[in-house]
Amino acid sequence: MKRRLTCISCPVGCELTVEVESGQVISVSGNRCGRGEAYARQEAVEPMRVLPTSVKVIGGELPLVSVRTDRPIPRRLIPQAMGFIRGLAVEAPVEIGQVIARDLLGTGASLVATRAVSRCGRPSLQGT
Amino acid sequence: MRGVKVDVLVIGGGAAGMGAAAAAAREGAKTILIERNERLGGVLEQCIHPGFGLHRYREELTGPEFAARLRGELESSGAELLTEATLLDLDPAGPRVRAASPKGLLQIRPKAVVWACGARERPFGALRIPGTRPAGIYTAGLCQRLVNIHGLLPGKRAVILGSGDIGLIMARRLRLEGVEVAAVLELKPFPGGLLRNVVQCLEDFEIPLLLRHTVAEVHGKRRLSGVTVVEVDEGGKPLPRTDRFIPCDTLVLSVGLIPEVRALESFAPLDPVNRGPKVNAWLQTEVPWLFSAGNSVAVFDLVDTVAALGARAGVAAARYAQGELPPARAVPLVRGENVLHLVPSALVPGEEATVFLRVPRPFPRVKVSLGGLISRNHLGARPAEMIEVKVPPGASKELSRMPEVRVEVTPA
Repeated sequence: MKRRLTCISCPVGCELTVEVESGQVISVSGNRCGRGEAYARQEAVEPMRVLPTSVKVIGGELPLVSVRTDRPIPRRLIPQAMGFIRGLAVEAPVEIGQVIARDLLGTGASLVATRAVSRCGRPSLQGT
Repeated sequence: MRGVKVDVLVIGGGAAGMGAAAAAAREGAKTILIERNERLGGVLEQCIHPGFGLHRYREELTGPEFAARLRGELESSGAELLTEATLLDLDPAGPRVRAASPKGLLQIRPKAVVWACGARERPFGALRIPGTRPAGIYTAGLCQRLVNIHGLLPGKRAVILGSGDIGLIMARRLRLEGVEVAAVLELKPFPGGLLRNVVQCLEDFEIPLLLRHTVAEVHGKRRLSGVTVVEVDEGGKPLPRTDRFIPCDTLVLSVGLIPEVRALESFAPLDPVNRGPKVNAWLQTEVPWLFSAGNSVAVFDLVDTVAALGARAGVAAARYAQGELPPARAVPLVRGENVLHLVPSALVPGEEATVFLRVPRPFPRVKVSLGGLISRNHLGARPAEMIEVKVPPGASKELSRMPEVRVEVTPA
């Protein structure tokens, strides 16, 4: 079975064709680099995505800290991951790169802060 | 009033301004950067999704991470950084700049200025959509700021008008945070944003993308209650009997960015299509002491490009301030077929340059030519992506014999 995919590895967005037979990838075409082939092989079997979102901060200059998974996680787990992340809170100060949660839903991925949030008593609405 | 004399003043602390100030300071110029926000970073601070830095850092970063790296490079450069400093006016006589800051009124006398104030979103009022004027209508960037910085959700059920990248990114973001996204509407027959964003922001979440559709009317008294959506023809005109009502309490607009030029439009010539100042290959405007880079020149596709152009403008501004930038005999770039945005507006003979351009619609394969100077084939030209053409110093030398260079994109 042939499937058409748009590569999301970089902004170029190559149109890929993946041939899959009984759950096995037979061939990939249309890619212009190695990342495209790797993407297609993974996407045909189990789509994986880096999840960017935010986590509540207690006592910070901002009410939120932006976070992301340090590696892609299965796309099908995103709703469950968002439910889990919604329940998290982290105390300021937060450092960039700080691990907020380890082994998210057993995926092996860590949730890491993508910005620093210092401690501050300012009302959050005036955050920036 | 605090009076300061500097070589280079950079106005704006986003990617272009940070790149410019770091580069100018490293050239040995006494440099000040003013930024009205508390933090440097500009719009990157609210772009918490990955997709930045593939060119500059060879890895995929989120907006705040990209901004943090640039800030690190800037802090070690020796440039003076003034945050919470808002430009009041830019007087071309002098030049002289006044800014309000926590330290009081600043009066700065720079030898060169880099204008790096980014772009503004086209607002609802510019769209002339009939109907009521209820609460619940947001531009995509404002919506992004509310959700990602302030932790506020705009509503419960949203329609997104325009499929630019910020609109696509916000469709996913709202959906992740539990807002229902009824549809993304696009007037044109193709998406406005990058294909990767159509895939990972819409298709991943089964959010419908309605091409050739727009909002014909907004409804609701105090709060938005819904929008009437219609299909349009090639020219963007509504087709009869295609209208339907979509209930929603939130309308998000992703309908274009316009370079911010208010403080300089009275004295610096603008490019009518880019809507930012005309600049030459050094990012120098037609006012010799004024340089500009990033989205205030034209709206770019990649922040990596914006930071790199900022650095180029910073180097040129430093050299100008130090009296080392010779007066440019600029050779104008002229738009031929299928060229929308075009940066720069002129080349300088003997100077290498990169020409950036956008096509008005998608083409599977095109030939891009710069006069008789350079000609190149390009696969998959799309309006969302800028096409880059490098002009090496050798080719650039031939410019001295040319009155102008016609830039053309032809289907191949």
